[in-house]
Amino acid sequence: MGLPKLPKVSDPGLDETAKMLTPQRIEEVINRVIQKETAARLKVYMNTCVHCGLCSDACHWFLSNDRDPRFSPVGKVKQTLWEILRKKGRVDPDFLKECSRIAHTECNVCRRCSMYCPFGIDIAYLLLLVRRICSLLGLVPQFLQDTVNSHAVTLNQMWVKQDEWIDTLQWQEEDARDEVKTARIPLDKEGAEVFYSIIGPEPKILAQLIANMAQIMTVGGVDWTMPSLDGWDNSNMAMYSGDFETMGRVERVHHEAALRLKCRRIVMGECGHAFRGAMYDGPKWLGWKEPPIPLIHAIDFYHELLTSGRIKIKQKFEEPVTVQDPCNVVRGRGLGGKLREIVRMTCANFTEPEPGLEHNYCCGAGGGTINCGPPWKPSRVKGNRVKAEQFEATGAHIIITPCHNCHSGIEDIVAGYNLGMHVKFFSEILVQVMDVPEDLQA
Amino acid sequence: MHQAREWNGDWDWETGSRVIADTKPWNESYSEIHEFVTSRDGEKIAAVVKTEDDTHVPCVNGQPWSNTFEKAWSLRFCPDGRLFCFAMNDDEWTAVVDDEPWEETFDFVWNPQISLDGRTLAVNVRSPEGYGIALNGRSWEQRFVEARSCVLSPDGLRTAANVQMESLAEGDILGFAKGVWSLAVDGRPWDARFLNVWGCTFSDDGESVAAEVRPNLIEQTIAVDGKPWEQRFKAVWEPVFRPGTRDVIAPALTGEGWKLLVNGKPLWDRSFTQVWHQTFSPDRRIVAAVACPEFGRWTVVVDGNLWPCTFSHVVMPPVFSPDSRRIGAIFRDEGSWGLVVDRDPWPDRFDMIWDPVFSPDGDTVAVKAEKRGKYYLAVNGKVYPRAYDAMWDPQFSPDGSKILVRAIADGTFHRIVLPVSEVVG
Ligand code: SF4
Ligand code: SF4
Repeated sequence: MGLPKLPKVSDPGLDETAKMLTPQRIEEVINRVIQKETAARLKVYMNTCVHCGLCSDACHWFLSNDRDPRFSPVGKVKQTLWEILRKKGRVDPDFLKECSRIAHTECNVCRRCSMYCPFGIDIAYLLLLVRRICSLLGLVPQFLQDTVNSHAVTLNQMWVKQDEWIDTLQWQEEDARDEVKTARIPLDKEGAEVFYSIIGPEPKILAQLIANMAQIMTVGGVDWTMPSLDGWDNSNMAMYSGDFETMGRVERVHHEAALRLKCRRIVMGECGHAFRGAMYDGPKWLGWKEPPIPLIHAIDFYHELLTSGRIKIKQKFEEPVTVQDPCNVVRGRGLGGKLREIVRMTCANFTEPEPGLEHNYCCGAGGGTINCGPPWKPSRVKGNRVKAEQFEATGAHIIITPCHNCHSGIEDIVAGYNLGMHVKFFSEILVQVMDVPEDLQA
Repeated sequence: MHQAREWNGDWDWETGSRVIADTKPWNESYSEIHEFVTSRDGEKIAAVVKTEDDTHVPCVNGQPWSNTFEKAWSLRFCPDGRLFCFAMNDDEWTAVVDDEPWEETFDFVWNPQISLDGRTLAVNVRSPEGYGIALNGRSWEQRFVEARSCVLSPDGLRTAANVQMESLAEGDILGFAKGVWSLAVDGRPWDARFLNVWGCTFSDDGESVAAEVRPNLIEQTIAVDGKPWEQRFKAVWEPVFRPGTRDVIAPALTGEGWKLLVNGKPLWDRSFTQVWHQTFSPDRRIVAAVACPEFGRWTVVVDGNLWPCTFSHVVMPPVFSPDSRRIGAIFRDEGSWGLVVDRDPWPDRFDMIWDPVFSPDGDTVAVKAEKRGKYYLAVNGKVYPRAYDAMWDPQFSPDGSKILVRAIADGTFHRIVLPVSEVVG
């Protein structure tokens, strides 16, 4: 094709595990997945695609890699699933390693391309199917597989032990009291209105976000709880590695923890993929058409707190801000409008990103891609130059990102392209600007 | 629940309402009052409170314990009326029962498990040597890299936990795939190792244990006393023993969908979109489970027969009457909660509802339910009109003719004994 060679990345999750594969096993797994696990839509998609390439301009990987066709959505499917189907599963381990590279590390399953395909072909679904095959064959990038192993063992994605979790909540409660003197994190409170769940990195590396939330909940007068045992982590990288059995287990534990505590609803922290897993993919695998109890994303919750007046703003945040629209809650759930409303209610100087809302570019970290770890970081950052250009054009100093994957991915982009900007969760803005009534002040 | 007859015979069953404690003055004495808990007999109400000198102490009917703590949490009454909590002083944690701390202290303690008769208490512990379990104040001799559960045998004499046998370096996916998890019973691990061990359960005589295991990345099955079933599945859920036998029943995802299996073979000749929470009747003869016969519809399945009514969101684990004749399960349907008893849903719907409580003869069923922030007692489908600010599960007298209601109204904790006839009219 005369295209430059892509840098070789070593990853024991692909290199070592590929050595254990046999042609029989590959063929058997592929054909079992294609025959038993795919819906009619696979056939429809494969027969409908006219190879027009209109999806290409949707993909930040394609745009950021100087329109290299290998990074176009249809190009990724062509290099993987088309070959797998054409050869009826008779493909070799080296080919499958390439499939994992493309499907796990070079597609964020962000679904932007589906909006540009005249037939609405869900290319992300096709690439998730490639991931499923790879996962069943043991080919998953090491760091992503390690995250999935953590989910399987601990029901959270960061190997957080049960005692560490409770201990962290207890000291975050103390920290929160430095600002709001009555702040509490009520553990296992039966019948609370809100079951608040978060993602594994919060207790592990961003514990102050939990203290922030304890302040917000207390000032908002919210009757809330968190579970002392498993089920507190709402994230789900197994959904993205292709290990749907672990995905189902994680989601069941999360929802059943809330059901056991008799909470009226689940409020999820600022994470996009976690929302997708808890709202759509997880319940569906388990037989629930919808989550068994109402579930909302943090954006919705903050919107409720601010529009109902339960939280009032003391003084708006002055520094220029823009937002990242997380794919799973904006393209996937339509929360872009509410995101702008809460940003405008709290920030004096907001600039829209272009493109924005459902047309926004993915952060490049989503879909499990950032969890593929350091070996894949250079290609991930290179693959999202358009995101850096988009943010730079806003002139903002702060990028508000109500999603953990976006947060980490954009931090990498800010550093990689020397943007000199800062990334914040919305809760970090809110604790700074909210009015803490005098009787609650520490 | 079938033990209620033994426990509650000597409770005060005189009809009428008694004020046990006015909790309003607690607000003046303490800067903070955590969640209230009450004893089953309704004679005590307690909460962890924060004292003037910033210590935490459980306060029972207004009387604080003599011991005070830097931290205290997980307060609860045991079924026999003793009050339990976890507490910490000088960075040392332990369990405290009725103001008596265990002698042994730990780096951390959590996950209390209390036997049905309330006499046995097991908890997860971490000490500098590693992770384990402590039973009634005495911890396992063995410690592990990690222990992630605490399961008590029905007689309260034995404990089990899924345990990590070797530590793994960060990101050691190949080491993980070899299997470093096992199940330890009374501190002794199985010889077998798996990638994962979950959902352990004891046989009713405490002699045998079964658990979900994952022998490799893509297969799951059930292991009994360390020996996996020959059959392998994509996924399984928690097993249970058929009482009085060594037969193990567990849901598994087979090529035909989810099935209930007994010792690896189909229990019933049908599969489901989902099936879980299988439960045996007290007389050991009937098995009921939560089933999803078609995507997005949920019901109860009893000995392989689906109840005709289905619900849109969720059905919670079925509850048998003590005489095994009746089954009730709470559900969420089209946005509200309800109760279905023996195939018939109650007409009333609620914002929240708690598991049903049957009278000893099974004739009467009572629940605690919530509507617009107020709590109500409902019996045999009739909602008693008195509303409370807080309430605990109702209890029946041994002859089933009276109901004990534990409730808070206007800051006062009441112990109310009502004739069933008055409630059902
Ligand atoms: S990254 Fe997004 S736009 Fe690109 S191929 Fe994947 S789903 Fe499509
Ligand atoms: S836009 Fe649609 S039809 Fe055209 S190449 Fe892409 S997926 Fe195929």
